[in-house]
Order: sequence, then C-alpha cells, then structure tokens
Amino acid sequence: MSNDAHFEPRIVGFFCNWCSYRAADLAGTARIKHATSVRIIRAMCSGRIDPMFVLKAFALGADGVMIAGCHPGDCHYLEQNYKTMRRYALLKYTLAELGIEEDRLRLVWASAAEGPQLAQAIDHFVEWVRQLGPLRWSRNWEERQREKAIEQIAHEHAEALEVPV
Amino acid sequence: MAERIGVYICHCGSNIAGTIDVAEVARWAGENLEDVVVAKDYKFMCSSSGQQMIEEDIKKENLTRVVVAACSPQLHEKTFRWACENAGLNRYLFQMANIREHISWVTSDKLAATRKAKAMVAAAVQRVRWQKPLKPLPVEVNPRTLVVGGGIAGLQATLELADAGFPVILVEREPSIGGHMAQFDKTFPTLDCSACILTPKMSEVGQHENVTLLSYSELEEVSGSVGNFKVKIRKRARYVREDRCTGCGICVEKCPTKVVDDVFEAGLGKRKGIYIPFAQAVPRIPVIDTDNCIWFRRGKCQVCSKVCPTDAIDYDQQDQILEFTVGNIILATGWKMFDARRIPQYGYGRLPNVFTALEFERMCNAAGPTGGRIVLRDGKTEPRSIGIIHCVGSRDVNFNEYCSGICCMAALKFGHLVLEKTNAEVYSFYIDMRTNQKGYEEFYQRLLHEGMKFIRGKVAEVTNADRTEAEQGRLIVQVEDTLLGRQRRIPVDMVILMGALEPQEDAKETARKCGISCSLAGWFTERHPKLDPVATMTEGVFVAGACQGPKDIPAAVAQGAAAAARVAGMISKGTVWIEPIVASIDEAACSGCRICNNLCPFNAIEFLADKNLSRIITALCKGCGTCVAACPAGAITGAHFTNQQILAELEGALWDAQCEGIAGEVQPAELPILPRRQAIPA
Repeated sequence: MSNDAHFEPRIVGFFCNWCSYRAADLAGTARIKHATSVRIIRAMCSGRIDPMFVLKAFALGADGVMIAGCHPGDCHYLEQNYKTMRRYALLKYTLAELGIEEDRLRLVWASAAEGPQLAQAIDHFVEWVRQLGPLRWSRNWEERQREKAIEQIAHEHAEALEVPV
Repeated sequence: MAERIGVYICHCGSNIAGTIDVAEVARWAGENLEDVVVAKDYKFMCSSSGQQMIEEDIKKENLTRVVVAACSPQLHEKTFRWACENAGLNRYLFQMANIREHISWVTSDKLAATRKAKAMVAAAVQRVRWQKPLKPLPVEVNPRTLVVGGGIAGLQATLELADAGFPVILVEREPSIGGHMAQFDKTFPTLDCSACILTPKMSEVGQHENVTLLSYSELEEVSGSVGNFKVKIRKRARYVREDRCTGCGICVEKCPTKVVDDVFEAGLGKRKGIYIPFAQAVPRIPVIDTDNCIWFRRGKCQVCSKVCPTDAIDYDQQDQILEFTVGNIILATGWKMFDARRIPQYGYGRLPNVFTALEFERMCNAAGPTGGRIVLRDGKTEPRSIGIIHCVGSRDVNFNEYCSGICCMAALKFGHLVLEKTNAEVYSFYIDMRTNQKGYEEFYQRLLHEGMKFIRGKVAEVTNADRTEAEQGRLIVQVEDTLLGRQRRIPVDMVILMGALEPQEDAKETARKCGISCSLAGWFTERHPKLDPVATMTEGVFVAGACQGPKDIPAAVAQGAAAAARVAGMISKGTVWIEPIVASIDEAACSGCRICNNLCPFNAIEFLADKNLSRIITALCKGCGTCVAACPAGAITGAHFTNQQILAELEGALWDAQCEGIAGEVQPAELPILPRRQAIPA
C-alpha cells in the first residue's frame, strides 16, 4: 500500500469504439466530473485488445490498465467481448505470475448510454490503484530479474549436479 | 524519409481552452515531439477557416500526417478527414485526440488536464506516424427502411419514403398505429380535430403498397451496419388470424370481459378482453388480452371464436420472429407520460377528481369514455371550476430538470375547451408561460381574453382538507402567487396535472439494440445537437419525434420528414462508403494453426486446406480485430488498428512515465524529446 496520498496513478484505458468510448464521450457531454488519470486508447472492439498491449502498458510505466467493452450480449460484433472476458481471466493469472497485483487490471462493461456509471467506475478504479501505489514495474523488474537469474542459474546448477552420471 | 506531422489544438471557444492550456500544449508538441513541423492552436478547428488552415499547411509545409486535438472523433473525425483529402492527403493519415469529452469537460483541474492533453496529443502523434493510406469500401444501400414507432413522426417518415417509391417496414408496439396523437381531441393552436388530420395518414399507411405494417410487434434485434442491417421483429400473437379477420367487431361486442383500458383511454375508460383500441384503428384487427381473457385464464368461454363469421380466432397462435434486411433504420419511439403518483402532494390516485392530462384529453374527446362531456370522476357532475397545474414532473430537480415544452400550450387548449363546453372557471397555475412557436403566443392572448385565470406560482399541494365553508367538499389548490407575493388557497372541483413527457420505459434498451446512446434524461442522442438533429452516431440509424426530446406535433412531423429525406438521400446515392477497417492475413506468416477460425462470429475466415493456411473473406469481415489479437504468429493485420499503431499510441500516452522511466514521481518541468520507436520487425 502506498503512503503517498498525492500519488496520481497513470492508467491506460483500452475502450471499444461502440459502447464504452461513447459512454466516455457521454460522461464528457454531460459534464460528469471524474478522474483524469485514465488515458483512453480506442479500439474497434475490446476483442482487439491483445494481452501484449496490457503487458506493454505496464512495462511502459502504467500503474493500472482498464479494459472497457460493451455489456455481454451487446457486443457490436455479436460475441467478441466474451473472448475478451476469457483473455481477461487468463491475463489476470499471468499478471499474478509476473508479480503484478492482478487488481491493477480491470475489465468494465459500459453501454453507450452509461456515461455516469462509467465515470463512477473510472473513479473507483483510480482510487483502487491509488491504494495499491505506484507499480514501477520496469525498475523493479530489472532489479529482481538479476536476483532471479542468479537464483535460476544456481538452481539449474544444483539440478545438473544431482543427475546421476 | 521522416514524416512531417502537423498538430492542431482546438480551443473550442472556451470549452477546451477554459481548462487546458492549449498554447502550452501546442508549444510543447512542436518542441518535444519528433517530426512535428507545425504545431498550432486555434479557436475553432472545425470552422471553415480552421479546416482551411490544415489544407494550406498540408500544401505549404508538405505535411504527410495530421493530428487534431479537439472533440470526440465521433463528432468531427469526418470533417478533418475531408480537409486532409481536399488537400490531397489520404484521409487515413489523420488522427484525432479527444481532449474535450475526455478531458476538459470532465475536470476543472487545469494542471492535470493540460498534462493529460499532452499525453493524448503525444499518443496521436506517435500513432499517426504508422498509419497507412487506405481506401474506403463501397457498400450497396438496401432501399428498404425500417421505421420503429407508428406515432405521428413515424407515420410521416413512413409516408415520405413510401410515396417516394421506397419499401418501408413499419413496426408498432400497440395493436394500432396512431400513437399519442390518436388519443387527443383537438390540437393547439389551431384547434383542428386531431383524429381528422391523423386518421387519413393512418389509413394511407395501412393501404400503401410500399408499406409492410407490423402492428403489435416489437424490435427484437439489430445486427449488421449501414446499408445492410439485419433486423429481427417479434410479431406478438394477436390470437386473431389477420388473413381471415374482416374487422367486423362482433367478437368485441360479444366478449363478456370488461377491463380498464390503461393505454388508449389512459385508465379513464374500459375495453373488452378482445379489443380494437379505437374506432379508426389501423389495422382494424382485434387483439386478445390474455391477462384478462376468460379462456386464457380459466379455459372456458370461447365466445369470440363462436361468433366470428370468418373463423379468424386462433387461440394457439404463437409469437413469430420475422427477419428482414434493411438499409436504414428510423427510430420514432415517442414518449410516455410522467406518473403523477410520484408527486403525492398533488393527490393523483388518492383524490378522485385529480386527473392527468391524458385522462383529460380522453374526456374531451367526443369518441372518449364520456362522449366529450367534461365531468367529475362520478361521471355526471359538471365542475364549477377547474385548476390546471403546469410543470408536473418537469422543471423540477426532483424529477426532470428539462421543460417538456408542450404542456403550456396543451393547458391553454384545455382551458379553451373547458370555457367552450362548460360554464366553469379555469385557473392555470404556471411557473413561466412558454409559447414560443408560430401562432402560440396569439393563442395565449386569446385565452387571456376568453377569461382563463392565470396564477404564477408552483403549486405546493392539492388537498381536500377544507378550512372554510366555501372550501367544503372541494379540492383546494395551495399556491404561492409570486406576482402578488402571498399564499393563496383556490377551491376547485377538478384538477388537471400537466405531466412531463418522459422517455419510453425501454428507450435505453432500444438504444442499445441499435448501438446509439441516450442523454442523461434518457432521450436518444442525435449526432449533433444543432447541425444534425436527425442522424445518430451510428451510420444508418436516424431519430424522429419525441424519442429525441419533448416535441409538439409540427416539430415531430418535421423531424419525421427530415429523417425520411436523409434516408432517401442514402438510397438514391445507392452506395455508401464504409471504413476499410478489416483484417488481412499474411500468407507467408500463417502457420495454418486455425486458432483464428473459430473466433470469428461472421464466418469471415476460411481455411484453405490445400495450402494449409487461413484467409479472410473481406466482404464478411466487420473489423473487430479479435483474430488479430489472437494470432500466435502475428500473421493477421487489422487495418488502421495495427499492433504497431496501437503500441505507438500506448507509448505516446505514457510519454511522461517513459521520460522518467518510473511512474508516479514528480514531473520535471521540461522533459527530453520523446524517442521515436523502432518498427516492429515483421
């Protein structure tokens, strides 16, 4: 947990063109004040979000990633958000494996009419990430990588020694 | 060759410039972002001079890429793409950064807003570098149009298109078309009879060779896109065979069940268990109300079946799902009346002689439950005085903040009808009198002369708790007369509540089906509030009438006709150009793993067994990009949303984090130039 109350997280949002991006537009048109921490990148569908994009976002210094799509059953492309949902579950698992709090990734559904709900979801997520504190993955990763690599070599070495000749 | 990028930051008057330091963003972009050769801020980029500026710069500065940071791309991407195209730059070499809807309108923190604006501009600049020139794809427009809603707006749109020779499918939820207008007696300000002007249009629609009328039906599902929508319509079971029924009405006459008609008679009158909502209904085919029909409830009766001369009653009828392909969709789903029970102090539902505006409409109507006599709830007593309360549920922060627009005029109309038909006094309790259309103010003046009494003030309460003898047995309207500056108690016999116009209960559901959005209040959102009040953000979906916002009849008719004109324009053009955002497979990289094949819901990916690779059928591809994200070999490219483009955008969006290397630390005042990312090797 972060001790820095002034920490302003940097969050990347991958929003689908049809529902969630328009919901974000609606939140703006309706002048619903909310956190500006989410930098929104538009894709045609949440199904386009390659897990690589999410990992890359963390690697580039994002403290959180929000994926937003149409509600299940409402996908502009019929059912592609279900595929997002599956990827999301796997991705969370992968993040945990990589030592990143899985809560730094969040999937939300927002229809084009749900501006206020989306604004609320953004605020909620920003607050959540603020509690988690800065990620500093690239730095941490570099530091830990070295230790881990040494550990790994030692481990392999030990294993090799145990192999009966 | 290095790209030459032009960056333009829009002030949008004070909409953006009021929160974001636009000059600073422009300066920063020009100095810190690589390849940016022009960086300007301007009052209104979407104005013709703004567009001209881009065009001139493209020519003069040999710009190869253009970025505009302004409103949402949903609003003006097209505008700027055309400006680029005009100057000879392919429209897909343009990128927009949304700094209004996503930044300046959602925060008042100028520092944070400016910083985020820089991030979004950097993202757009990084992305635009990798964008490729593309050519839009042609789609033939199916000349058939779906109109949803058979009120006056929908009818007008239907007739305009059908008369122009185009096929129309008109879907109406109720058993008959006509909408709210069919319930009214007179229309303001000319006082011509509503039925007299509406019913000819209804029968014209019913008989038109180009119109497929589906009453008692609902829009179930919409798929596809402009020019080529696939729609599913649920045709609810009437339990009467339309091919046999002649509309003679014997079944209705003989039906032993009587129930309160909450829909057409607004709860004031009754109808039968099998019913035709009103005499001039189109189509004139009855519907069995299964909730109240004795046969459906208890398995007895079948009188209608016994008396029907053409054997048209079919108790086993099922809902049908009909599928159509249409080129365009016009939504004209109308409005619903505010439930006056939500304001208990006005007594509706508790005090019998408090009526809603719709109930009073039916009461005035010569074809209504009272035969046009204005009487109290007992059905015989003529009121000696009537109070009309304006703004019930409108202009009220507790319910709807908007003005419903039509109620002042409707109240004046009621006043006139009461003065004409009875000897009663009429009081109007208004906040502001809003009579701002052609002939409306004159009508107000006329009512002042006719002797309607106007009291300016919002009514606090309607009560039957009398204090004096004169108040005994009457309804007392407690109001602050703001012109006199004192409280008044006005005893009346009848109160009419001018309820707000509200969006249909399922407006959001309908919006979702068609991929459009609703305002906070729930009205359908138009493409542009001033300049495009008919189209929506989804190409090929148009709105008409009160579903877009409260409207009187002339405005609804005008919008219905306007929507039809837009659709006719699309049809006569014959071809629309859609975005070439489709996927393609690099055959050399495809390993034939077939992972993508099952991901496509449109069956747009075929597997070529002889070559052991997959191929995308461009005509079927809708461009979602799910296969692009899934390909383990990276062999699939999503046009205009390539990995390279999205990753570059991501890098730009996180420019500040990259410059520091670490997130979440204090920003140095000036940051080094953002490095240009390397191309991903294919």
